[in-house]
Amino acid sequence: MGRGKTIARRSFLIGSAVIAGGVAFGTYLVKRDPDNPLTAQAAPGDAVFNPWVKINAEGITLITPHTDLGQGAASMQAMLIAEELDVDLDQITTIPGTPAGAYYNTALAAEAVPFRSNDESFAAEAMRSTMGAVMKVLGAQVTGGSTSVPDSFDKLRTAGAVARETLKAAASAQTGIDAVLLTTERGAVILPDGVRMEYTDLAAGAAELEPVTDVTLRDPSQWRLIGKRVERMDIVAKSTGTQTFGIDLKVDGMVQASVRMNPRKGARLLGFDVARAEEMRGVLQIIGLPYGVAVIADNTWRAFRALDAIDYDWDVAAYPAEQSGHWAEVEASFTPERLDKEWRHDGDVDSALSESAEVVEAEYRAPYVAHQPLEPLGAIAKVTADRVDIWVAHQLPGFAEQRIAKRLGMETEQIHLHNQYAGGSFGHRLEFDNIDVAVDIAREVPGTPVKLTFSREEDFAQDYNRQIGMARGRGAHAGGKVTALDLDIATVSASRSQSGRLGAPVPGPDTQIAAGAWNMRYAVPDLRVRAYAVPELAPTSSWRSVGASTAGFFAESFLDELIHAAGADPMAERLRLVNDDDARRVLEAVAEMSNWGAPLEPGQGRGVALVTSFGVPVAEVVEVTATDRGIKIDRVWVAAEVGRVVDPVTFQNNVAGGVVWGLGHAMNSEITYKDGRAEQGNYHLSEGMRLHQCPEIEVRALENNPNIRGIGEPPVPPAAPALANAIFVATGIRLREMPFFKTVDFV
Amino acid sequence: MELTVNGRAYTVDVEDDMPLLWVLRDELGITGVKYGCGIAQCGACTVHVDGIAVRSCQLAAGDVDGDITTIEGLGTPEALHAVQAAWIEHQVAQCGYCQSGQIMQAASFLDLNSAPTDDQIDQAMSGNLCRCGTYPRIRAAVKTAATKLQGA
Repeated sequence: MGRGKTIARRSFLIGSAVIAGGVAFGTYLVKRDPDNPLTAQAAPGDAVFNPWVKINAEGITLITPHTDLGQGAASMQAMLIAEELDVDLDQITTIPGTPAGAYYNTALAAEAVPFRSNDESFAAEAMRSTMGAVMKVLGAQVTGGSTSVPDSFDKLRTAGAVARETLKAAASAQTGIDAVLLTTERGAVILPDGVRMEYTDLAAGAAELEPVTDVTLRDPSQWRLIGKRVERMDIVAKSTGTQTFGIDLKVDGMVQASVRMNPRKGARLLGFDVARAEEMRGVLQIIGLPYGVAVIADNTWRAFRALDAIDYDWDVAAYPAEQSGHWAEVEASFTPERLDKEWRHDGDVDSALSESAEVVEAEYRAPYVAHQPLEPLGAIAKVTADRVDIWVAHQLPGFAEQRIAKRLGMETEQIHLHNQYAGGSFGHRLEFDNIDVAVDIAREVPGTPVKLTFSREEDFAQDYNRQIGMARGRGAHAGGKVTALDLDIATVSASRSQSGRLGAPVPGPDTQIAAGAWNMRYAVPDLRVRAYAVPELAPTSSWRSVGASTAGFFAESFLDELIHAAGADPMAERLRLVNDDDARRVLEAVAEMSNWGAPLEPGQGRGVALVTSFGVPVAEVVEVTATDRGIKIDRVWVAAEVGRVVDPVTFQNNVAGGVVWGLGHAMNSEITYKDGRAEQGNYHLSEGMRLHQCPEIEVRALENNPNIRGIGEPPVPPAAPALANAIFVATGIRLREMPFFKTVDFV
Repeated sequence: MELTVNGRAYTVDVEDDMPLLWVLRDELGITGVKYGCGIAQCGACTVHVDGIAVRSCQLAAGDVDGDITTIEGLGTPEALHAVQAAWIEHQVAQCGYCQSGQIMQAASFLDLNSAPTDDQIDQAMSGNLCRCGTYPRIRAAVKTAATKLQGA
């Protein structure tokens, strides 16, 4: 072990980061920094400047600890480091690194919860959001809550600058030239006479130095990469079939496996008969588990087939067996006993409604919805007496290691999770079933790596769905204006369901039940939003945009009903009500982009919605045409205020993808229960959106706010209400229940 | 059983009814072809048999009657097929898991119809599911590839 270890073990101070003009961009002092995880693997000559940058004679490696779930997080993280390090993306390799405390998510930590509101008291409450609570308890490495950009923005640029300045110091030590006379460019320190000293050649010398921590981050006017159109680092691999996902990985000596768990989620296996399965070709071992049966085979399909040939005796579900029982529980939850929190009360809603000549009332429903990224769940696990290796894509890699250590009675240091590229997640890879099962199987065959693959049907059956819920709205208008809005929202608490399984129940009210509704940026004179918590039914989890995917639909649909009842224009009335500059600007942007005032053809309809989630106000206008083949979604215009766009291509792709996600599931997808089992077991019964239904989508980023925000989730919530509002204009049909296909046909 | 995949001959010892998908992935270690649904609903497993796009999860190994091409045989990072080049130019992929199938579907479709209309593109590509929602870029990339192939 070389000197690199000694140096890197010192606390890594991310120095004062000050841009030209003296504006503090953000100052990090990482006290008693969690040990740099790179030091443990550092070889002589490796310069490990900090947990994110490793340079040696062979090359430059950047560690991108936020899991890439498909949204381009790896590329984005590399861009931030490379910007200050002065390297280009074709000169570097990225790896996800090993799970470590050094990579804890500061944007989810207490000081920087990704949430902003007009009302300061709300901010404190927002800290109890799902992921925030998980973070507080675990202090861990998390990918979620649209935080990869805000967590990384200052931290990774600073990491790049620290490495750059340390390399300059190494060049200075070798040449005797004062570091202030040195510049850097494309992976090299440039001497005053133009001579290039490659970083890879300087690494061994830099490893002998204490990292230079007094660095100044560059003014945005000097950026080469941030905000520029660059080629995503994984784009060639993902266009040529050469990107290895977790499901594609091979480990020497590996066997295949699959599992069938009780389709009544969470219940036990009472008995099983393997008489037919054990004789089948390729079956190596059949393992009974408390919750199901696993088959180890020499081929995944043979494992699937063997599982189909086993007879199972499943216990009953802990939740209502039939869907009607779930709805009955939701309907019964608008009671004082189940009031989780009154989030907002401006004015006096009760008086306003009792004094109003006419009260508009409506009830809305949102179903369970599955995540179902296209890469099915799975994991490779290898268990030996003193070490466990797990290869999997996961959003909580550090916590997964702790969990498996506890499950096996081992130390966390003995568990090694190798994070992989994910074939999508949308919240699915926050759960642990696949890792638990892979380890449970692998411990039965010590020393043999086991690749577990869920069948699609198993993945659907075992999904932790989006929360089911309802809303009841009452409101009033006068003189062509909306004057009162009272919205009661009752959903199961996905936060409590999820954190309960983590063994870290969230205290206090669940911010997600009414997220996207209570923080609406409107000044309705009499406005109240109350959240009711439905007791746990089928287990639920975070689904892309979490609470706002349901509450945003309720709030923006009901507001639209009130606006139409008042005889006002949906855009003009929202602009009259809006009480925040960022929100006003995104509304104005989509009004302009969509040419909102232009006359509609017969059968056409335009709808708008504005929802703020994860601190990002997003406005969307949807334009539809009612045809004789059904509703056709023609175009969508989106504007979002994110402070700063790091990667414009990925930004556009994420926003458009979020719109497709929001629209497709609102139109076509639900999970319902019968006999305790999800009735939808594959994509033909829950497909989201297909290409022929996809509208043209025009995206605009606004960059006025000083706070940088993530964009993975915020485009989702406005899509469903904007579509419903457009369909109302086109057809006169008010859609109050998702999925919409139950009420109208789509082309 | 004899199979020709990407120009190379293989002998495999599998059941006649094993889907080609699992022969390719688990027997031959060719993993560009993906498992998504197993019932021809998502298109992630699309390969070509004699140039025609098929869902390899629904084609029994014993019924394969032609040369198989997977994404790896269509083009490589060093020698891209026009469809792959268009996919890169438009930066289509997000998670990328469906894109092998999307590209194989598009390549076969454009081979049969080099000047497709928008409606024909929508019809040809709607059997391939993308959960990330990259459809607008898929449409654009198919059009770019069509233009390139017409000029070729």
